[in-house]
Amino acid sequence: MTDNTLSAADVVLARRELRRRKLSAFLFVAPLLLFLLFAFVAPIATMLVRSFYNPTVANLIPETLEQLAEWDGNALPSDAAQAVFAADLKRLANERSSGKLAEQVNRVFPGSSSVIKSTARRMRRVEDADLQQQGRALLLQANARWGDPEIWKAMAKTGSVYTPNYYLTALDLEASEAGGIQARDGAKIYVTLYTKTLRVAFIITILTFIAGYPLAYYLANAPTKTANMLMVFVLLPFWTSLLVRTTAWIALLQTNGVVNSFLMGIGVTSSPFDMLYTQFSTVLAMTHILLPFMILPLYSVMKGIDPSYMRAAMSMGDRPIPAFLKIYLPMTLPGLSAGALLVFIISVGYYITPALVGGTDGQMISNIIAFHMQQSNNWELAAALGSLLLAIILVLYWVYDRFVGASNIKLG
Amino acid sequence: MKHLPAYFTFWHIFGHYALKWTAFTVLAFLMLPILIIVPLSFNAEPYFSFTEGMIALDPEAYSTRWYAAIFSDQKWLLSIRNSFLIGTMAATLSTILGTIAAVGLSSPVMPFKRLITALLLSPMIVPLIIVAAGMFFFYSRFNLVGSFTGLVIAHAALGMPFVIITVTATLSGFDRSLYNAGISMGASPLKVFWDVVIPLIRPGVISGGLFAFVTSFDEVVVVLFLAGPEQRTIPRQMFSGLREQINPTILAVATLLILISVSLLVALEILRRRSERLRGTAF
Amino acid sequence: MKTTSKLLAGTAALLMASLGQAQAESLTVVSFGGAYGAAQKTHMIDPYVAESGTNILFEDYSGGIAEIKAQVEAGNILWDVVDIEVIDLERACSEGLLEVIPQDMLPAGDDGVAAKDDFIPDALASECGVGVIVWSIVYAYNGAADGPQPSTIADFFDTGNFPGKRALRKRPQVNLEWALIADGVARDEVYEVLATDAGQARALAKLDTIKDDIVWFDSWSQAPQLLNDGGAVMVQSANGRIFSAMKDDNKPFEIVWDSNVYDLDVWAVVAGSPEKETALEFISYATGSKPLSGMADVAYGPTRISSAPYVDPSVNNDLPTAHIDEGLKADGIFWADYGESLGERFNEWLLK
Repeated sequence: MTDNTLSAADVVLARRELRRRKLSAFLFVAPLLLFLLFAFVAPIATMLVRSFYNPTVANLIPETLEQLAEWDGNALPSDAAQAVFAADLKRLANERSSGKLAEQVNRVFPGSSSVIKSTARRMRRVEDADLQQQGRALLLQANARWGDPEIWKAMAKTGSVYTPNYYLTALDLEASEAGGIQARDGAKIYVTLYTKTLRVAFIITILTFIAGYPLAYYLANAPTKTANMLMVFVLLPFWTSLLVRTTAWIALLQTNGVVNSFLMGIGVTSSPFDMLYTQFSTVLAMTHILLPFMILPLYSVMKGIDPSYMRAAMSMGDRPIPAFLKIYLPMTLPGLSAGALLVFIISVGYYITPALVGGTDGQMISNIIAFHMQQSNNWELAAALGSLLLAIILVLYWVYDRFVGASNIKLG
Repeated sequence: MKHLPAYFTFWHIFGHYALKWTAFTVLAFLMLPILIIVPLSFNAEPYFSFTEGMIALDPEAYSTRWYAAIFSDQKWLLSIRNSFLIGTMAATLSTILGTIAAVGLSSPVMPFKRLITALLLSPMIVPLIIVAAGMFFFYSRFNLVGSFTGLVIAHAALGMPFVIITVTATLSGFDRSLYNAGISMGASPLKVFWDVVIPLIRPGVISGGLFAFVTSFDEVVVVLFLAGPEQRTIPRQMFSGLREQINPTILAVATLLILISVSLLVALEILRRRSERLRGTAF
Repeated sequence: MKTTSKLLAGTAALLMASLGQAQAESLTVVSFGGAYGAAQKTHMIDPYVAESGTNILFEDYSGGIAEIKAQVEAGNILWDVVDIEVIDLERACSEGLLEVIPQDMLPAGDDGVAAKDDFIPDALASECGVGVIVWSIVYAYNGAADGPQPSTIADFFDTGNFPGKRALRKRPQVNLEWALIADGVARDEVYEVLATDAGQARALAKLDTIKDDIVWFDSWSQAPQLLNDGGAVMVQSANGRIFSAMKDDNKPFEIVWDSNVYDLDVWAVVAGSPEKETALEFISYATGSKPLSGMADVAYGPTRISSAPYVDPSVNNDLPTAHIDEGLKADGIFWADYGESLGERFNEWLLK
């Protein structure tokens, strides 16, 4: 027997060798990491920054903001400050960027956009000297609301480059006068939407479970040849384009679609049902689209379970249902949690299907993010809403990685 | 399942048939919506539903006019070309980078393996709307919005996880001593990679590439944010068609896409069998 | 392996080559699609392409300024020329999203009258656009359907006597005006009332009464489809689209002209367009007497007086200009000032 202990020199050598191999493994991964850093991680990071960093107003009216910094916030700003603002407004009107200022202030103080824009239009025609001398009077003359300190406060507020305001809006909150946080007036739009999204995702997960579990069980226990053949009917929809599947549901569910003509043809109803553009159609189409994500992991777990367990339990006198609940269900939990988490994660962030079949009723949080990106152009709010969504997803992904392992995703 | 065990009671038998019928109902739910598109795409009328003539199997009620419409419409032709172009380039890029990375990832000494794997696979689970919005801001700084390059990069990132998953799965059946033997004989890691590893894992690499291609081929959210009019793709064209002018041309395109999925499925099955055979003989 | 790598290299080279080709310079012109887009293609795009040899990508959008704004603010200019509604034009122009168009570049009419006298005054009122059509937002119903037939804007809001879905475009413009008129506000006071908080609340309250019966659509081309496939019994639409469904497809649709909101469409150039020169050249061509007269195919009035001789007199009664007395002029300045706030208010209302 040789001596099992290593000499100091051997240890150093072995360590060096290990380090070299580690480095070599890492170098293989490095190009992809760099690529993803540029193509994927940096873009998301940029978006996150946008949710709390917004220098637009600070760049538009720097001089006014300087003046407003000295203002105590109680009565109106000084005449000088107002005159500076009037001049700023004229410059913006000439540069055609008064709209940008109006847009930003309007987010904090709804209704102020028209005040700023119509005033800017008036200031454009006034001489510089007049603005300097009687800026305050001219503003008031253009719109009486310049006599309200609120609009000035809103302006000062949008002037800060770093702001929690978009997150507050995304949670239906706002900053109060006293510096605290309070609930926003009016309907709770976004919180309602988040809960609705989570609820819809949950319903879809349950539905895919109800439909997927028996099918997976049947396939796993069928003769291999039958199972392989029937598996094609699960994999083909999985491989079919998302838009094709969504198109199919539109053809089926629309007012004059296949389902309605069928129902009217057999005399169930005399007037068509409104099925498309509802929450119902969103849930139905998404259940269809996500079902394979539930079936595949369940199937692969069930395939590994020896059917004799169930048979033994049943032959020992257990009724099928208790036997199933006690013996079989716990053994399929890994597949079930993998499928359920994946379906839930994907449905929470779904965009395309709700956008096409959801109508107003079936919209999810992703759709409102797209709305703020493309329609209202409130990119900062879109970013804040997106960051919150991302946080939800990352928590779920962490759970998934812990309990299932990210690399165990089944692709058929 | 044909011969039911003797100890089965009435409820066992009832359960057996109930299960069978449930399973077939679910299969029908999965397949019927897709199958229904095919006959509808031959509708002679511009509707999304069966006409009386179609139900009576009147040949007059069927027509191939929507297929002809695809091939005479400049926009559809452009989208078809773009989809294949972007899909191929994106898949090539993600296959190359993804395969190399998968080799590193499956090394037993890979540092921060779990974290890095989770990161590399994250494009699959981050909601596309977030990805698309982020790319819209970030790519515009590099003039990559409204360009083919931008879309290829974006789609390559999205297809990457699939390559990693399939290639690591193939590599798990790969005997690392072959790699180590190559190294100990003095060959560089890259040479061993190219001459020894690649030929053995080729089926996995190709199916990963196919996954990446399909990901790009089917992707629409990022395209909606990054593509200009010149980069419209098939899904983009379908999306705007479904939103605005619904007509059966979309059903004809959908039928063609179903054909493509069928052939991809067949290709993957062949690859899977070949990979099983390779592992069976090589090791 | 060798064949695979050769194949890969081959495809790559091929793809590169076709990429280079795809990025050749061309002009992107964006408009509203459907029957109107088809008329523009026939009378403006195709002849211009034939004459100048410029490659034109003719795209559809559903209006509004959001997409233009996103392009300009992010610095990704994808569109060159846009057909924009005057109701949105002033806002886009005052926010710096459009290029200023030198009006002296416009050619004289075919009868020799100088452009500034040939165009109707509203067509050149903004420095950012050149008028293409006079059109009108009306509502239409299916004349073949049973039941009473609506004739006023109040009927549109009367779900008791006129049950069924109503289709409206998903934006505050025009809908708020109609709501106020249906609620009893005189047509010439609509914008005055809408400028007040109380007036805005009043308009939304009126819309609330039919909210459950509204089908929202994004793009004008959806309106005639909704009427056709029974998705709605009354649809808001651009008059020309209903006209073309009636004339070309023999649909039994009827137009209600009461309180129609008439407006102009203009050609405008997106700020920062890399093809500005070509864009301006296209606009000069497309707003000539002859191309403009083609818009009457879809019952939109041409914006040049000199186009009149080319227009078939039988359509005159279907043109918006024949119904101005019953109508209301869309106020672009009002919407420039209030578009932002009302848009937000409208969307919150929608989500409630």
